[in-house]
Amino acid sequence: MSEITELPTPPAAGQALDAAVSSAPERTRRPARSVPWGSVALTLLGVVVSGVGVAALRDGNGWLQLAVVVAGLVLAYVGGGQLLRRRFGAGFDLAAWLCTTWLVLLLFAALLAPVLPLGEHQDIAGSLDAPILAAPDLLSPYPLGTNNFGLDLLSRVIHGARASLVVSLGAVLIGTVVGAALGIVSGFFRKTTDVVIGIFTNSLLAVPPLVLLIALATVLEPSLGNIALALSLLALPSVIRMARASTLTFVQREFVLAARAMGASRMRLMVRELLPNVLLPLASYGMVMISVLIVAEASLSFLGLGIQPPNPSWGNMIAEGEGNTFEEHPHIVLVPGVVLFLTVFSLNLLGEKARKRFDPRQAKL
Amino acid sequence: MSSSSALLGKRSATEPGSPVLVVEDLRTRIHTPRGDLQAVDGISFSLGRGETLGIVGESGSGKSVLGRTIMGLYTDGPVTTVTGRVTIAGKDVHALSAKELRSLWGADVGMVFQDPMTALNPVKKAGVHLTESLRRHRGMNRSQARARAEELLNLVGIPEPRRRLDQYPHELSGGMRQRVVIAMALANEPALLIADEPTTALDVTVQKQILDLLARLQGELGMAMVLISHNLGVVAGRADRVAVMYAGRVIEMADAATLFEAPHHPYTEALLAAIPRLHQPPHVRLEAIDGAPPNMIAPPVGCRFAPRCRYAQDDCSQVLPVLDPAAVDGVATPGHSFACHHPVNGGRH
Amino acid sequence: MGRTLMKRAGELAAVLLIVSFGTFLLVSLLPNDPAVSILGPGRAPAEYAALREELGLDDSTLSRYLDWLGSALTGDLGQSVVPPQVDVLDRIAAALPVSVQLAVMGMGMALLISIPLAMWSAYHAGGRVDRVISGGTFGVLSVPSFLAGLLVIMVFANALDWFPRAQWVRITESLAGNLYHAFLPALTIALAEAALFTRILRNDLITTLQEDFILAAKAKGMSARHVLFSDALRPSSFSMVTLIGLSLGRLIGSTVIVEYLFALPGLGSLVIGAADTGDFVMVQGAVLVIATIYVLTNLLIDLSYGVLDPRIRRAHV
Repeated sequence: MSEITELPTPPAAGQALDAAVSSAPERTRRPARSVPWGSVALTLLGVVVSGVGVAALRDGNGWLQLAVVVAGLVLAYVGGGQLLRRRFGAGFDLAAWLCTTWLVLLLFAALLAPVLPLGEHQDIAGSLDAPILAAPDLLSPYPLGTNNFGLDLLSRVIHGARASLVVSLGAVLIGTVVGAALGIVSGFFRKTTDVVIGIFTNSLLAVPPLVLLIALATVLEPSLGNIALALSLLALPSVIRMARASTLTFVQREFVLAARAMGASRMRLMVRELLPNVLLPLASYGMVMISVLIVAEASLSFLGLGIQPPNPSWGNMIAEGEGNTFEEHPHIVLVPGVVLFLTVFSLNLLGEKARKRFDPRQAKL
Repeated sequence: MSSSSALLGKRSATEPGSPVLVVEDLRTRIHTPRGDLQAVDGISFSLGRGETLGIVGESGSGKSVLGRTIMGLYTDGPVTTVTGRVTIAGKDVHALSAKELRSLWGADVGMVFQDPMTALNPVKKAGVHLTESLRRHRGMNRSQARARAEELLNLVGIPEPRRRLDQYPHELSGGMRQRVVIAMALANEPALLIADEPTTALDVTVQKQILDLLARLQGELGMAMVLISHNLGVVAGRADRVAVMYAGRVIEMADAATLFEAPHHPYTEALLAAIPRLHQPPHVRLEAIDGAPPNMIAPPVGCRFAPRCRYAQDDCSQVLPVLDPAAVDGVATPGHSFACHHPVNGGRH
Repeated sequence: MGRTLMKRAGELAAVLLIVSFGTFLLVSLLPNDPAVSILGPGRAPAEYAALREELGLDDSTLSRYLDWLGSALTGDLGQSVVPPQVDVLDRIAAALPVSVQLAVMGMGMALLISIPLAMWSAYHAGGRVDRVISGGTFGVLSVPSFLAGLLVIMVFANALDWFPRAQWVRITESLAGNLYHAFLPALTIALAEAALFTRILRNDLITTLQEDFILAAKAKGMSARHVLFSDALRPSSFSMVTLIGLSLGRLIGSTVIVEYLFALPGLGSLVIGAADTGDFVMVQGAVLVIATIYVLTNLLIDLSYGVLDPRIRRAHV
């Protein structure tokens, strides 16, 4: 998890040695021939333990089952990590691969939700004979349990992902298009344009994001389109600032001057020369932006101001557990909560990785 | 010099005659992600009161690590392995506890750093840098420490010392900052001063002033001093003895005059040839040393300088020469030793 | 310093003016006639017309805005449009102390948690504890505050029953009771902030600890604690202060959510309740107050750099 812990060079081996160290050739690490039985055993043990947790502890204490499954997964993660690093070299980042896998799975599940053999997610009439508030049991027809209307949580989580992804991707798209345009214009024309756009940006930043959302939710219909629009306002200021900063640096570069000297129109300069250079750092920031907006949408829906039940969204699903429900049926909160967490975590981890690789400015935030 | 004579009142615990600093077969190995790096590889010397040892070498030759290992800033631990022995004022540095080390530092031994801009904390006033140490080691109260700090600034030749006490490092010039760093190192009149490239970051015009200041203070306080530099010119005229380091080892050591007149090691000779001289006729090419210092994670088997040495022969790349006393024409030259199979200027072991 | 201050104040005024205009324009985003939403459907057209007249909805937007701004500046934010039609400013004045207390306590707790963690992490960078702290903080950062709040309630209020939920004791009634009731909400607010602060401060401290002046302080014989607190922490605190400024918006957001979760009578609960019932006048007033406080706090943070960094202080003089 190199993205999580940034390791410095040991403080004691200070700058004095840099010269000496840098002249050392890279050591090539040959893959060991012998089979790492320890890691294999650890991985298998982990798989077996979580399998036992799922299958054998079905009727016992739910918390115990959860603990056993999680412990098994941790073992499998550690063992598998060791194996894969042995196979693919020390740079292999298992966490990043798992995060990618999760996001891809989520994306496909969301896309294919209508054709997947899922339980009833929305229509209470369709779940009349389903058990109410059933606890998660991966081997039952309701793998992640049901809510207080007997609606299937797995199905609701996947349909919730549709809503979350549509809204946040839409918002990032709107925010990027509008923000990049404003940022480039601002950095290209400077002067009054710059000042006006700057004040507009600051004004957007002057209202705390969630408060802005709530204010908009007061007057707007809570439709997917409106929510995406409102969320895009949150993404806008940072996009404008980044685009403007990139424009300011690139507008001085030779290739822009050359194009200008050749008589290119201002429009052409901005679209053909500046836009591609502005988009790259923005794209690396996109991942983190999506994660922020997913959280924002979930918060809004949790407060009852976003996507309205019975349409599922992760936020309003978690809200169902509010009050005393989640004391007795913690899965109502935990199932959508874990899915939300994993998604946000994956986006953050991959976003951090992307930003480190692509953002030339290496910003700290 | 009234203030400095006041300083002379307190003498270090060392008895006259016994060496202040003894280094015996010191080795520092630094663990890096790419492998272990032998930064200091078997160095021994001793230094008496009032004596100055110049340590000269290219960057990466291990001279800074040597200085810090002598201080005890590098200790035997997870990051570095240290073997051998360092004795400062009779105390075995690497046998001291962390707490004992802290009372050694700043009291028995002081250190001057390369860049005065980075060696002073930007958010602390010049005075605080001095009083902290005085209060820590001498148990002075605020006003005593302040008075003493003013004395110290005066001693290192800073005009208007009282005003300077309340200034931040960025408000002082480079030379003035380095004077503060020196005052900081001298605050408790240490028996030993380690000056690690004290002038490298300074303007040429200021360099000489600072070196002269160090020499003067050393004489007044009777300290032993280790003067580390990559520049032979800096060491010339200020050090009693000079040790030339290459790839973690001392390859030649002699009193300064001997070394400059008749170096026996080809590397020393090459270093001397690379110094520009005023009396040289114009347009004479300075001789540069070809090649780069060896990789210290996997150093060459024999003499480490052999790959770059113009006198190298077959045995050089097979047998590591050791530092042995020198003789010229069968007559021993005391205090001069070198490590070379094929010495220059008539040197023999 | 005076000139910079004047310039900043000018910018602030412009921003606040625009924010107030935006807030005011909220009403025009209403899909329905405000008169209909206030009175409810099915009344006589004359009644609607009368209300529209009374609210001044038929005037031009600009004159209505100036009217509204004028009364806002004199402390009149209007009356709630939902019964009981209370005075907006009174409600806000009653709710504000609760929110401010929560936010300040949350920020304080975040600093209390993060500074020792970051120091330990940085001092033993790469060690086992550092890895655990780094992984833990990264994880915590991915937990939305409403989820964190629910989990905190699940553990501390329900399972362990150490703290109450959904009660508030005013500070004027009992200080101990007030702190006792504010603890869990503040902890929830502090979690995410503490995780972020720890990460940033740790990275900063590692850089600082490699500076020569740290080595110089050690070589003077200063203790590890002195080196960490006196020499390393202050130069590292600039990014901390920047961070407090940047995370202020999120802090207000999580305060809103926490108030809702714990049913505390703060500004957040007020706004959410008003948003739920469509009480746009209340929302307008609250947004204006929150934005003003937010912008002013950011100004204060900017000014505090000078106090922390003598180099900047001189640049301003």
